[in-house]
Amino acid sequence: MWGVAFVAAWESLVRGFDLKPYFLPAPTAIWSAFTDNVGLVRAAAFVSGGNALVGLLLGIGLGVAASFALMRSNLLNELVSPLAIALNAIPIIVLVAVFQNMFTSTSEVPRRLMVMLIVFFIVLVNVAKGLRQVSPIHLELMRSYAATPRSVLVKTRIPNAVPYLFTAVKIAAPTAVITAFVSEYFGGRQNGLGYFIPSNFANSKNAVAWAYVIGACLLGLTFYLVSVLLENITSNRRGRAPGGANT
Amino acid sequence: MTAVVLDSVSMSFNPGTNREVNALDGIDLSIAEGEFVSLIGPSGCGKSTLLRLVANLVEPTEGRILVNGTSAEQARRDHTYGMAFQQAGLFDWRSVRRNVELPLELAGWDRGRRRERAEEMLALVKLDDFAEHMPWQLSGGMQQRVAIARALATRPPLLLMDEPFGALDEMTREHMQAELLRIREATGSTIVFVTHSIPEAVYLSDRVVVMSPRPGRITRIVDIALTGDRDDDTREDQAFFAGITEVRESLRAVEGYHSHGGVDDR
Repeated sequence: MWGVAFVAAWESLVRGFDLKPYFLPAPTAIWSAFTDNVGLVRAAAFVSGGNALVGLLLGIGLGVAASFALMRSNLLNELVSPLAIALNAIPIIVLVAVFQNMFTSTSEVPRRLMVMLIVFFIVLVNVAKGLRQVSPIHLELMRSYAATPRSVLVKTRIPNAVPYLFTAVKIAAPTAVITAFVSEYFGGRQNGLGYFIPSNFANSKNAVAWAYVIGACLLGLTFYLVSVLLENITSNRRGRAPGGANT
Repeated sequence: MTAVVLDSVSMSFNPGTNREVNALDGIDLSIAEGEFVSLIGPSGCGKSTLLRLVANLVEPTEGRILVNGTSAEQARRDHTYGMAFQQAGLFDWRSVRRNVELPLELAGWDRGRRRERAEEMLALVKLDDFAEHMPWQLSGGMQQRVAIARALATRPPLLLMDEPFGALDEMTREHMQAELLRIREATGSTIVFVTHSIPEAVYLSDRVVVMSPRPGRITRIVDIALTGDRDDDTREDQAFFAGITEVRESLRAVEGYHSHGGVDDR
């Protein structure tokens, strides 16, 4: 409803005030640019989506592995947790320039590394919390059953952390897409949405740039919806999901 | 054989530091097999700590504890007691049946026997129709019944309960008390029961242990002489009121009872 009203208002604004396409193209112009270039937009979205997905999966894997290490070592936890939180205040995205420098300019590796790094900290903080913040009653019960540390891990800590993981993925998935765009914008191969959006604006092909923006929105939405779907599968059974922390 | 023996048991938290808290001091108590004993006293009298000592969840600073003829630690390793807390503490990722199966899994039972026993226990607490439900789909009273079924799953001779009905409303609470007596009748378990409620202690117990705070001590043990079956009529019985009066007066004698107000008269 609001979306339709917004697009209608946009269209009439552009027509009514006779705004020039280089200032703001009309939705109809954007849509025709989108349908004309749908193949190109799709190809670019696959590149960006691939970068985001590979980085996301690597980040989740590493984050989960590291959270187990954090759970086992108090020292490690005290060293890493404040760092992970402090990273919130630092735009670590600039590291992509460092990574670009390390690899050849035709490589997708720097972008994927950047996505991985950002996802890593989101997953690490949340899953480590899930592994540690176990109900004291559950721990006392497990002690009363003379449970081994391994049983406590498998039957209490890991199941407790599962919804935290899905919450982390829900936060990390859209962030991964955004990170992929921004990383592409920083240079390197000229094939992703993060390259085509600014380059088309620079060439005054604003409607085409907006078509790529549509592609970017759809890609981000896809990642988000899949992660929400995954989360719902677990939380429906449990009846609740814990709130997550953004790195 | 006595189910529980506490022999001059003392318990301090943070011993040797300036934050030392003397939770329990010189506790002597023995509980016979099949007996129902309640621990009552104002907040901070150490009644929960006493229960946790028997469960070997904490170690005493001094003294000796025997549970079912062995050390408290051995009793814990042998799964000879079951425990229930004020919060049901169910694992929300497990179905009701699999919650009851948990202690059996840890005792190394195979799947078929676990399932059979869990269903038997759920029938005992009258929740057999809810075996495949998830805990959040159950009311507070039902969750507490699952917790009791779980505590009884290995058929332990001893049941330790820390204010298990404390979070329930009055009607549910009275119903649960009657259910507990029925379950006790069926299993013959020895029960040690921590409570804040005088009527609850009197209604359920053979003996009520009255405790005083700072340091936690046993001030008096009241024998409850209720004749016949305990049912709803018991709550209107003269002997029931006599028991309540006796426990209340013992508590009044406890220094700090009024200032702490940790016992309710419900």
